Amino acid sequence: MKAEAPILAAEGVSLRFGGVRALADVSFEVRPGEIFSIIGPNGAGKTSMVNCISGRYRPTEGRILFDGQDITRTATSRRAALGIGRTFQNLALFGHMTVLDNIMVGRHHLLRTGFVRGMVYWLGGAQREELAHRREVEEIIDFLEIQHVRKAVAGTLSYGLRKRVELARAMALKPKLILLDEPMAGMNLEEKEDMARFIVDLNEELGMTVLMIEHDMGVVMDISHRVMVLDFGRRIAAGSPEEVMADAHVKRAYLGEPDEAAHDDAEHATA
Amino acid sequence: MTSMTPAGDFRSSYRADTTIFPTRSSMMATIAGVALLCAAPLVFGRYELGLLITIGFSAIAALGLNILVGFTGQISIGHAAFFGFGAFASALLVEYHVPVPLAIWGAGLMTAVVGLVFGAPAARLKGLYLAIATLAAQFILEDFFARARWFSGGVAGRVTEPYELFGLRLDREETYFYVVLAHVVVMFLAAGNLMRTRDGRALIAVRDHYLSAEMMGVNLAYYRTLSFGIASFFAGVAGALYAHYLLFVSVEAFNILYSIQFLAMIIIGGLGSVMGSMMGAAFMVLLPEVVQAGADLLAGSAIDRTLRLGASISFLREMAIGAAIILFLIFEPDGLAHRWKMIKAYWKLYPFSH
Ligand SMILES: Nc1ncnc2c1ncn2[C@@H]1O[C@H](COP(=O)(O)OP(=O)(O)O)[C@@H](O)[C@H]1O
Ligand SMILES: [Mg+2]
Repeated sequence: MKAEAPILAAEGVSLRFGGVRALADVSFEVRPGEIFSIIGPNGAGKTSMVNCISGRYRPTEGRILFDGQDITRTATSRRAALGIGRTFQNLALFGHMTVLDNIMVGRHHLLRTGFVRGMVYWLGGAQREELAHRREVEEIIDFLEIQHVRKAVAGTLSYGLRKRVELARAMALKPKLILLDEPMAGMNLEEKEDMARFIVDLNEELGMTVLMIEHDMGVVMDISHRVMVLDFGRRIAAGSPEEVMADAHVKRAYLGEPDEAAHDDAEHATA
Repeated sequence: MTSMTPAGDFRSSYRADTTIFPTRSSMMATIAGVALLCAAPLVFGRYELGLLITIGFSAIAALGLNILVGFTGQISIGHAAFFGFGAFASALLVEYHVPVPLAIWGAGLMTAVVGLVFGAPAARLKGLYLAIATLAAQFILEDFFARARWFSGGVAGRVTEPYELFGLRLDREETYFYVVLAHVVVMFLAAGNLMRTRDGRALIAVRDHYLSAEMMGVNLAYYRTLSFGIASFFAGVAGALYAHYLLFVSVEAFNILYSIQFLAMIIIGGLGSVMGSMMGAAFMVLLPEVVQAGADLLAGSAIDRTLRLGASISFLREMAIGAAIILFLIFEPDGLAHRWKMIKAYWKLYPFSH
């Protein structure tokens, strides 16, 4: 794994909102095939980081490289085609559409049928394309075990199911890198276990690289290959789950334990 | 759905699953409805057929507006101006010896181009600002009609030719009815198809959650502008059908009140519902007829003598339209299409639904 070029690299990313420094000179790399988690207290800048990668925010300083290409200024809507998919911390489904249609929107950049051919459904190949993609979407539906709600209107589903449908929609993009912003927040234990299993499976079986924000430390330590800790917009630690857990800064900032390592500015665990 | 299902089954089951109609019976009902309508000229007189023709082209225009407002979540209070543009454009094309059947589609395309131009600000504006921008489109186009004599015939208006196909003049209600019916079927199928394919889903995605739509690769500016183009195309075709029905087009018809009537059609019929556009158009065309019939019924009675219904009939019609909009907004905000669904669901479960 060592020699492999990173799939994602943040280089000195800073982000300011007026006086608020959401991110301060954050650098890290995500390697192809890994599950990389970002943890940190509320307001630490985790979602802001994901927003910079997905294009929602433009970093005030620094660069973001995806597959070696600088995407700092790439339009948001073009990043799906590059291979970046995401889910949102606060649910962001298309509430009036069925589950199927929600997931089909995820295929948007893979479909070639424009509105003219769409209108003459039977004549211009639209039907063939729809059916072919529908089949792949059904595979995702099976994978995430949401067959029973595929015709349901997304807005009517339970919270846990909506989270799952959002994951399905992101997977439908066929992303190389999938960004998951608190995929298990607000779920009960069983739903969390299912979700953790899905994340591991899509990583191992489908080969998607995962960048995940999650608060549940048990899950994070269980399934992550590497972890980065943010606090007040700064990266305070990064490394394997064990290294991060052992880090004094982390204990102080995140786990609320007294500071044993005094004021040591060097990062103990490094990427 | 399990892995035991032979692969060949996927195709056929998904095909049945992705039809334009929600259920098989709704498809049969629609086909039966169109077949019944084909017999309308045998049953109805010219007046009733005229109403059906009016419902037909109004429904096409309403459907276009519904794609813009109901499906994409934008707003336009200038739809009648685009309808009018299509009417003039078709008449103009006919003057340059384009056959009417082609001129109607040509007018639709020309109107779509104009719609794209006026829709371009939609890529940036939202809500009230967009509403004002479309209001400006209404007034700019009305002003253009009044000034550009070469286009509209100025205050005198423009006379145009009837629909003619293979040497057959379809200029009477009995025959022109079929022309409108054919266009209605084509346009409604086109809209239904659009909404079950890539670009239609993108439009709805923009409405429901534009931030995540963008993340799915949907270019917001493109789709916001495109929906204006498509809405204007429908308005243009509808306007052209109107022109070759009346055979005379003049500026006054396409004012802001007419634009508001189109909005009323989709609110009453159901925002974001293809068939609702038809129901709303029928409602709005027939409402004045009902008011008139009511006034006729009361003619000579005490109510008539005190309120002088006959003299104030045009005022009563407009009041009825206003009242209908308000009542629907309060009591039936999801429109007739939704109510229709509920009624069907009720009858399906009939004995147990109490
Ligand atoms: N759009 C925004 N406008 C202003 N401030 C913002 C915005 N987004 C995030 N912030 C601020 O940036 C900081 C980091 O927020 P966020 O990235 O959401 O944290 P986290 O996801 O780690 O909880 C917070 O102080 C938050 O208030
Ligand atoms: Mg967050």
